[in-house]
Amino acid sequence: MLTKRIIPCLDVKGGRVVKGVKFRAHRDAGDPVELAAFYNNEGADELVFYDITASSEERGIMREVVERTANSVFIPLTVGGGLRTVEDIQRMLESGADKVSVNTAAVLDPTFISRGADRFGSQCIVLGMDARRVPGADPLRWEVFTHTGADGGRPASLDAIEWAVRAVELGAGEIVVNSIDADGTKSGYDVELLRAISEAVTVPVVASGGAGTPEDLYQALVAGKADAVLAASIFHYGEHSIHDVKEYLNRKNIPVRI
Amino acid sequence: MAKQGTIAVIDYGAGNLRSVINAITRLGYQPRVTRCAEDILAAQMVILPGVGAAGTAMTNLAKLGLIGIIRRLAEENRPFLGICLGLQVLFEETEEGGGAKCLGIFPGKVRRLPPGLKIPHMGWNQVKQRVVHPVFDGIPDNADFYFVHSYYAVPEDGTVIAGETDYGITFCSAVARGNLVATQFHPEKSGELGLKIYANLLALSQLRN
Repeated sequence: MLTKRIIPCLDVKGGRVVKGVKFRAHRDAGDPVELAAFYNNEGADELVFYDITASSEERGIMREVVERTANSVFIPLTVGGGLRTVEDIQRMLESGADKVSVNTAAVLDPTFISRGADRFGSQCIVLGMDARRVPGADPLRWEVFTHTGADGGRPASLDAIEWAVRAVELGAGEIVVNSIDADGTKSGYDVELLRAISEAVTVPVVASGGAGTPEDLYQALVAGKADAVLAASIFHYGEHSIHDVKEYLNRKNIPVRI
Repeated sequence: MAKQGTIAVIDYGAGNLRSVINAITRLGYQPRVTRCAEDILAAQMVILPGVGAAGTAMTNLAKLGLIGIIRRLAEENRPFLGICLGLQVLFEETEEGGGAKCLGIFPGKVRRLPPGLKIPHMGWNQVKQRVVHPVFDGIPDNADFYFVHSYYAVPEDGTVIAGETDYGITFCSAVARGNLVATQFHPEKSGELGLKIYANLLALSQLRN
């Protein structure tokens, strides 16, 4: 049986790991290559690096981080953040990334997804989506935001579910659904958002934003119908080890790789 | 372990070879990335990786003049590892992209995973070992390996099925016939046990000399 994936996410800036609380106020949590090896030993099923810098010289540092990681850790590695062109994707794949996550550039030009998928295959094109609940909407609705790394983000005038469906049609092989409302709060994923997206698309859905406890991960997988869960600070600061989280999920009959 | 001889990784434009090269390098061997028939025939072990579309992959192999070469490796029972798409193209034909003829080294077809489950089948899943083969030395039955694919092979000859995996259906996730081995999963992305698959095959190729 296919196991549910537990994926630590490392936000990387200038070659170091940081974790934003609501995308701001970064504190340093270490060397990405060391952390990647550590999480691999702990039983991480994949790794995600988000490059939260935009400058080209720091992009070079990121490629070097990816290269060193891929030389020492033999589990799938996704790299996201600031990828704008097919050449950007190519450089990350050549450095050793297995998948790339595209976000703002795909919203601005959706053919970015199809051009990437045509060239490298759908299996390595991940749509990263930042979505926020539309206040007061009944039934619930979510709007896609872009440029969330820099400030509060900009509304894209796109419905999150419609965008997810469209992205899959264009060739996205997986969707990471990040709730802006939940991100950094540690009060749980936006389970309604996850379920809505997961039921609307045929590709795997990865939950992101809001993990505070192992129970939150369980809820994302069961109530949210996610195929995988992404989390950062609950792992980075040693609050819960990946192994402990997997044991917890296993006890609750979620198939995980132990 | 003596680490002589060359490991040829066939570069036919079917996706990223980086992780395969990294895995082999990690085991102390120097892979040669090549599309040259001479290099491939001279190698001690040949790896056919691949992600992407089967039709394009076959077109590229034909253009490079490698179809006969790969068939010859199989006939001569040379140590060979096909990975993912590199497993699928070993069969006669695939229904991917409206249908394409493949290498025909194994009788059987490649079909799309049935609807109802998430496609691609992406993540870690168990491989049930159906044969005793050196490729599985030191690897527990039902160990998890990393998959990412939308199509699967249906061998006509059940004796070549080395491993099976459940995803809605039970499908063939590894084939083996002598020194010819192929996996639907990615050993280079399957942690220590994945590296063990490579190590086992490399040990097999050393035995030849």
